[in-house]
Amino acid sequence: MPVGSTVLSLRDFRVSFDTVNGDVQAVRGIDLDVGDGEMVGVVGESGSGKSVTFLGLMGLLPKSARISGSATIGGAELVGASDKFMRTIRGKRIAMIFQDPLSALNPVQKIGVQIVEMIRSHEDTTKAAAHRKAVELLDVVGIPQPDQRSMQYPHEFSGGMRQRVMIAMAIANEPEVLIADEPTTALDVTVQAQILEVMQRIQHELRTAIVLITHDLGVVARVVDRVQVMYAGRAVERGDVETLFRECSHPYTRGLLESLPALGRQRLVPIPGSPPNMLRPPPGCAFAPRCAHARPECTMAIPDLRPFGSGETACIRAEELYQEVAVGV
Amino acid sequence: MLLPEEAVLEELPDDAQGLATTSMSPRKMAYKRYLRHKGAVVCTVVLAVLVVIVLFAPLTMRYEVNEAVFPISEGPNQYLSPRRIAWLGTDDIGRDVYSRLIAGLRVSLVIGLAAAICSTIIGVTVGSVAGLRGGLFDDVMMRVTDIFLAFPFLVALLVVRAFLGGIGWLESIIGKPTSIRFVIVLFVLFGWMGVARLVRGQVLSLKEREFIEATRALGATNRRIIFRHLLPNSVGPILVALTTSVVAAVVGEATLSFFGFGPQPGAGQTSLGNLVREADLALVTGNWWLAVFPCVLLIITAICINFIGDGLRDATDPKLPGGAN
Amino acid sequence: MARFIIRRLLWAAPTLLIVTFLVYVALRIGTNPLASYLRINQRASEAKIQQYIEINGLYDGPGGYVRGYFKWLGGFFTGDWPRTIKGNREVWPNLQDAMANSLRLGGVASLVGITIGLSIGVFAALRPGSLRDTTVNTGAFFGLSIPPYVSAVLFQLIFAVYWAQWYGKPLLPTSGVYPTGHRGFDLGLMIKHMVLPVAVVAIQVIATYARYMRASLLEVLNSDYMRTARSKGISERRVLVRHALRNALIPVVTVAAIDVGAILGGLIITEGVFSYPGMGEYFLQAYTEGDFPALMPWMVIIVSAVILFNLLADMSYAFLDPRIRLD
Repeated sequence: MPVGSTVLSLRDFRVSFDTVNGDVQAVRGIDLDVGDGEMVGVVGESGSGKSVTFLGLMGLLPKSARISGSATIGGAELVGASDKFMRTIRGKRIAMIFQDPLSALNPVQKIGVQIVEMIRSHEDTTKAAAHRKAVELLDVVGIPQPDQRSMQYPHEFSGGMRQRVMIAMAIANEPEVLIADEPTTALDVTVQAQILEVMQRIQHELRTAIVLITHDLGVVARVVDRVQVMYAGRAVERGDVETLFRECSHPYTRGLLESLPALGRQRLVPIPGSPPNMLRPPPGCAFAPRCAHARPECTMAIPDLRPFGSGETACIRAEELYQEVAVGV
Repeated sequence: MLLPEEAVLEELPDDAQGLATTSMSPRKMAYKRYLRHKGAVVCTVVLAVLVVIVLFAPLTMRYEVNEAVFPISEGPNQYLSPRRIAWLGTDDIGRDVYSRLIAGLRVSLVIGLAAAICSTIIGVTVGSVAGLRGGLFDDVMMRVTDIFLAFPFLVALLVVRAFLGGIGWLESIIGKPTSIRFVIVLFVLFGWMGVARLVRGQVLSLKEREFIEATRALGATNRRIIFRHLLPNSVGPILVALTTSVVAAVVGEATLSFFGFGPQPGAGQTSLGNLVREADLALVTGNWWLAVFPCVLLIITAICINFIGDGLRDATDPKLPGGAN
Repeated sequence: MARFIIRRLLWAAPTLLIVTFLVYVALRIGTNPLASYLRINQRASEAKIQQYIEINGLYDGPGGYVRGYFKWLGGFFTGDWPRTIKGNREVWPNLQDAMANSLRLGGVASLVGITIGLSIGVFAALRPGSLRDTTVNTGAFFGLSIPPYVSAVLFQLIFAVYWAQWYGKPLLPTSGVYPTGHRGFDLGLMIKHMVLPVAVVAIQVIATYARYMRASLLEVLNSDYMRTARSKGISERRVLVRHALRNALIPVVTVAAIDVGAILGGLIITEGVFSYPGMGEYFLQAYTEGDFPALMPWMVIIVSAVILFNLLADMSYAFLDPRIRLD
């Protein structure tokens, strides 16, 4: 359950791509609520549809994408909204940062100019005022000598500093929601921690809701409040981050946890097989073909999230498996 | 060239893309991609037909190169428009344009292929050595080719032609400036540079890749690396370069001939360039078939080979999405 | 930046010297000026021949080429240019006319060609894979595959020869800047004479630039920072102009400067076909006649132009793209 009032809400959100080979169903019905000032982690392997979901609600997917269902920000519907309306949302109420900050910044524009563009596209101010604000923002995200740095080009920054620039740009118009698409994947581990710290500070000081998209459960464990695990375009498990790590109910989540290196762990257990072909997603639970606990009934119908313990799960055998594991331990 | 389906696939975010492909051997994939390049397929067929006609030249020609369609004693035989006895008309002294085009194309293709194969062999050798060794040799090669390639092609060609023609003792080796051998040598002299630069670039980028590092770490010699790893992995670009060289030589021959500096293939022979030149001379008289047919044949040949090169580029470019389904 | 420019300029000078020396040697051997002189002045006395050799620096042997080159170079810079072999005329007045005519033809053709080429390149890249993209791409392919003299011949056939047969008189003139015998300046006539040559050169330029622009813009459009720009909520128009087009033009500008040799090549061929009295026609005539004194200054101009534009390419790239390190 989201803390406080809901800002971003997805209901049965779907994305498919029209290709010559047929319909690629990248996202197949996602429900998600993000509360005011909350940080939510969306976790899954590449291809699970986690990035596509949020690119889709921002209207940043190519024209071959078909989007249905509902996505609202503060009550305003985004699915099917006009381009003009979406432009007033993007950068103003929802901002986004991306995985590789070097390629995500325009290489031939000074970073100050890029932030000013963000400010001035939503706020009617002078260039000078916008530039002053840009310098302040660079200071907020922890860039030293922001005045001089604002006159430099992206290639003159280190990876971590670039990602700070991206964050500064994203929070320029104090958005209600910040979507961070794998913001630390391309960075060194030490730098990762710094970036996460910056994001947490923004979450607390500006009360910005943050959606952290990642495949790294370690990152999630450190900063987020709640987690939604995605597999093959569907949510398979949802809950508080602590609950999830302590008593995860879905075999896929457990697989993810077991393939994570940790101190004292003797060996890593990879999940066998690979994600399904989304041109022809399997009937029933999409994880069943790779699942050691699959039963014939798993392939009968697509399971929905249902309450389980203190969280929600999409595994129909969650109760049995929980017992098995408990007995096993 | 991006075909629609590829464009769509490329547009997909990585998330969706990886799922739509299944594995396939590289050669089969290249073959499939080539077949999907419709321009290349059509051009392959057209060129194949032309090559067959040329290969069976004595059979497919209706008259000798210098034979009039009928003796002048039987009436005026010059500038006849296309008709049954001369499908593509006759020229200023009553020769059959159709038969002469076949003979001309034969000579032009021989020049093109010979020049292209020689330039490719030299270019691949120089390029791979320069790329692998680096250093002074590499620097000098890049400087020299920079200058030559920046120069207007015709000017460079003519200056070198005059130079080679001015050295007496060379004549016994490469022949007179109007011989076919001389023209081939001239084109090879220019043609290797483009290939060498391309192969060098390819070698430089492959050199950084892990599998080359690995073979080097295992103690493989330069020669082994070139023949076992670099060349097999550069087959695509080299094939493309080969087609480009063929076009350059065929068009180059025509250009030289057009301005009167081309080869004189000798009695009983002609070349596409010579025929295009005759087209220019025939302009005043307004006999369209003399201008149109040689020009069109030259254009078709150039376009077909270019398109085949484009298809090969698409087929062998690993950066393009695969050819599944 | 200043250091970079100076270093490049310092490089250009020796390159120019070396290349002109090579051209000098190649042409000395290739055209054999002394033989050409003797062919035209068959009854020249021994003293006259010696004088001719001295004036032109036509010394023998490998050392003679070096001496002769510097003799020629000195004359070139002091304005003491040897006269042409054929007709014993001054070289500069002719060359000057040829340059003016060529600049006009080449300038108009490049302007028209680059404008149209870039536009249709953009037009195609905005809808990759669509019918219009395929059409532009295939069309550009055709344009590049057709040698300029072939299109020139076909244009002449249609607009002059056959037009005259159908409608009594040719639509467009096919040679020269003015009709023979015309005196004075006449803009209308001049433009009329330029239409066909400009069209022939422009076809190549359009095809080249359409392909460059398309490829460059496609690459930019697929880049991550386009997504960032869109995520800012700025208008699509601004995204395209400020981020896509601007960035896509950087490599195109550079290639354009390097490509000047190719445009010159097309110009030479086209002028040859249309007997347009420019640099190309000048070169072809001087080359055919083996007129060494007339050829050398021409070569210097062309070599300088090529080197100069290469320099411009380097500098424009360094100037436009901050990622290029300047030292």
